[in-house]
Amino acid sequence: MSYAISVNGQVHHVEDDGQTPLLWVLRDTLKLTGTKYGCGAAQCGACTVHVDGQPMRSCTLSLEVASSARIITIEAIEGADVRAIQDAWVAHDVPQCGFCQSGQVMSAIALLRATEKPTDRDIDLAMSGNLCRCATYNRVRAAIHDAASKLGSPT
Amino acid sequence: MTDPSEKKSCFRLTRRRLILGGSLIGGALVVGYIATNPMQVAGAILQGGGDDPEPSAFGPFIRITDDGWVTIVNKQQELGQGIHAGLAAIVAEELDADWDRVRVVDSRSNFRAYGPQMTGASNGIASNWDLMRNAGAAARAMFVEAAALRWSVPIGAITVRDGIVSQPGSNRAVTFVELLADASRLQPQQSPVLKRPADYRLIGTDKVRRKDSLSKSTGAQVYTQDIQRPDMLVAMVAHSPRFGGTLARFDASDARKVKGVVDVFAIETGVAVVAETTFAAWKGRDALRIEWDDSEAETRSTHELVRYYHDIAAGRSDVEPAEFDSKGDDPEVPFDGDVADFAFDFPYLAHAPMETLDCVAQVNGWDVSITSGAHLATVDQVYAAFAARTIPGKVDIEVVPAGGSFGRRGVLSSDYLVECVRIAKRTDGRPVKLMWSREDEIASGYFRPMSHHRVWVQLSPDGFPTRWRIHSVCQSLLPVGPNSLATEGITHSPYFSTASTVDGKIFTPTFPVVVGLWRSVGHSYTALVMEHIVDQLARRAGLDPAAYRRVFYEKAGDKRRLAVLDELCLRAGWGGPIEPGWARGLAIHEAFGTIVGQVAEVRLVDDRPIVHRVVAVVDCGIAVAHDQIAAQMEGSIGFGLSAALYGAITLKDGIVQETNFDRYLVVRMNEMPVVETHVIASTGRPTGMGEPGVAPIAPAVANAILALTGQPTSRLPFLDRNARSNTDVSVQS
Ligand code: FES
Ligand code: FES
Repeated sequence: MSYAISVNGQVHHVEDDGQTPLLWVLRDTLKLTGTKYGCGAAQCGACTVHVDGQPMRSCTLSLEVASSARIITIEAIEGADVRAIQDAWVAHDVPQCGFCQSGQVMSAIALLRATEKPTDRDIDLAMSGNLCRCATYNRVRAAIHDAASKLGSPT
Repeated sequence: MTDPSEKKSCFRLTRRRLILGGSLIGGALVVGYIATNPMQVAGAILQGGGDDPEPSAFGPFIRITDDGWVTIVNKQQELGQGIHAGLAAIVAEELDADWDRVRVVDSRSNFRAYGPQMTGASNGIASNWDLMRNAGAAARAMFVEAAALRWSVPIGAITVRDGIVSQPGSNRAVTFVELLADASRLQPQQSPVLKRPADYRLIGTDKVRRKDSLSKSTGAQVYTQDIQRPDMLVAMVAHSPRFGGTLARFDASDARKVKGVVDVFAIETGVAVVAETTFAAWKGRDALRIEWDDSEAETRSTHELVRYYHDIAAGRSDVEPAEFDSKGDDPEVPFDGDVADFAFDFPYLAHAPMETLDCVAQVNGWDVSITSGAHLATVDQVYAAFAARTIPGKVDIEVVPAGGSFGRRGVLSSDYLVECVRIAKRTDGRPVKLMWSREDEIASGYFRPMSHHRVWVQLSPDGFPTRWRIHSVCQSLLPVGPNSLATEGITHSPYFSTASTVDGKIFTPTFPVVVGLWRSVGHSYTALVMEHIVDQLARRAGLDPAAYRRVFYEKAGDKRRLAVLDELCLRAGWGGPIEPGWARGLAIHEAFGTIVGQVAEVRLVDDRPIVHRVVAVVDCGIAVAHDQIAAQMEGSIGFGLSAALYGAITLKDGIVQETNFDRYLVVRMNEMPVVETHVIASTGRPTGMGEPGVAPIAPAVANAILALTGQPTSRLPFLDRNARSNTDVSVQS
């Protein structure tokens, strides 16, 4: 079947089985490989994308369902908050192997969009779905606080 | 472009049989080594016919180009440990380069130029220390000499800082770029004067930072999983669910009906499904009907293996022990008097790096090209050549950063890479990306082996060991040779220093479950064996665990451990007040030349250990990259804590029961302790940092639980899903 799917502000016509997880449509069909496969079972968060502004696991979202929504991936997400997050990630040297970090960044952006000044507890709740085998968690936490305070302070 | 006739090389022998050479290639000064030792000459033969990615005969470590950039070639695999930053800093320090104009590229697999490329045993910094320093210093000396000649002043009148060569007191100052041509005509010094650590301006400062953080924060970093090639196919393989099982027969008729499936065929390791996309290969594989032949397979369950190990340790099997450590005239004499005895059981562990195993390969006749996050590139090259029936020189491996490894990508059979080559041999020259699912990876073996340890300690009246007897049971961690890695961390323990007799024996059973190297290797459990026993002995002797340890270290003359212990006690507030319900646990362990001490602050909520904060002290020689040392400590503690709290691969009738992160749990954001890292100032050679921080966390937590409850730990993980149901697994003495 053919599905019209909105990804990063562009509509693509994808010919595929409607049950195909969005993750593989993004990676294999649209060649957007910033979104990673880590578990395929909504356990790790490496595949996090924004679906109508909400962070979701693309590995368990079918093409059929996704085609009715607006999808934004790590490649195209924009805004002052995105820059603040990525600057903070660099300032804290957050990544180690880096494989989970697309997902971490996408979840962190969604968190800051929902909660301007997240507490540690907010961070625990929003980020505990994003596994990091390199255990960069403390730096992820510090970078989120840092980005939030930079965004909050008038420049 | 420079005329090739300008290319000029000069080589000279050194004692290390590596010749430092410098030459001008395409306008760039390239400084590096060519090897002349017999092993690498053999390597050159293996390499024969292979494309040399560099237009020169030697392995360049440093390339200084006319755009002002200094490029450092990293021959170690970047696995997330930040090795690239440390190696670059070593060169930049000796070269006095401008750190902001230093970049790092990964080398391709090139045995002739670099010798064996093996990343493991936390060797990255340690093994490259001398080479990188010499190369940097030699290049610097070439610029100094070139400037001295140009200005007709003595060499001593020249200084270099941040890539600028100048004569202080004059207005003469030029960049490396302006001296490139002059410098390349000079002979590189084989033993250039190296800086004294006190003069370091970069090493050990906060300036040494990763150079890949941005690309890893924007999704731009390309991993093997992300490789796209024109006409590429994706393959998945159905493997035997049991170790040692083989393919009996399969029916691919439904698999072939799946849209996008191109081919299905049997290979040595199972049934391969090759398709246009990952998901088509996945669905095709799901549609296979396979019968496995389990006549040679392992069919036991974990509780049966544990019982088997206990029988082995008790001498009720035909597995013969080998001695791994021995002291005293007659180590086997029975103990008497005050004897403490202990037993420990540790489970299998999977690596579960965030990127599962994957590889891209293309086979065209004799030529094999591979892209992968390989970290034993040299071994991989040889195995890939065997699989493709070609010579290693025809195998080109492009090494890309791996999304973690923790040892899984460094197995001495190159399993996933070989599997990919075997498939690519059958796709008529089309490139193939082999993808393993998380379930494939977790069940695939090369586990941290399970092990059992029986320990008896005879004690003097003042509570110190006079005799040790340690009998360990563990499969061999290496395919050949003695099983010495299984007891590393126990062998020559400083806690043997008060004893006159040590009887260390290792029993090495063999059966089909495949084991291998897992971050920190044998230390991942031997640290708990030794450090938890010592804490229990301290309590028995009525002594403070830190004070008790100090006696052994003094007796052993181990100044480094004493320094770590003192600093740790100070930084962690050892012996100071702590909130009710909380306790501190201490552990100190040496691995790969690095000593790490950790104090964990722990409380129990419904019998569940909550680790709030870990204070860590490390002696890793000269600290090249402080922030990366801290990062590795944090990562190691998170990794070690995941294993300590949850990690267990269990078998039921030979089949791995853990499939994904829902059953193979790892620590998440909300469970990660605060980590405070302190580095001991040292002028010793740098030692590794990728693994040693993993080992002490489990005993630190166990010792805190001991302090809280008086209950010793005799098995990991602390939160064992199966512990309550399988009471027959518990240790019988
Ligand atoms: S790949 Fe989607 S959550 Fe892990
Ligand atoms: S940085 Fe390696 S998994 Fe997160």
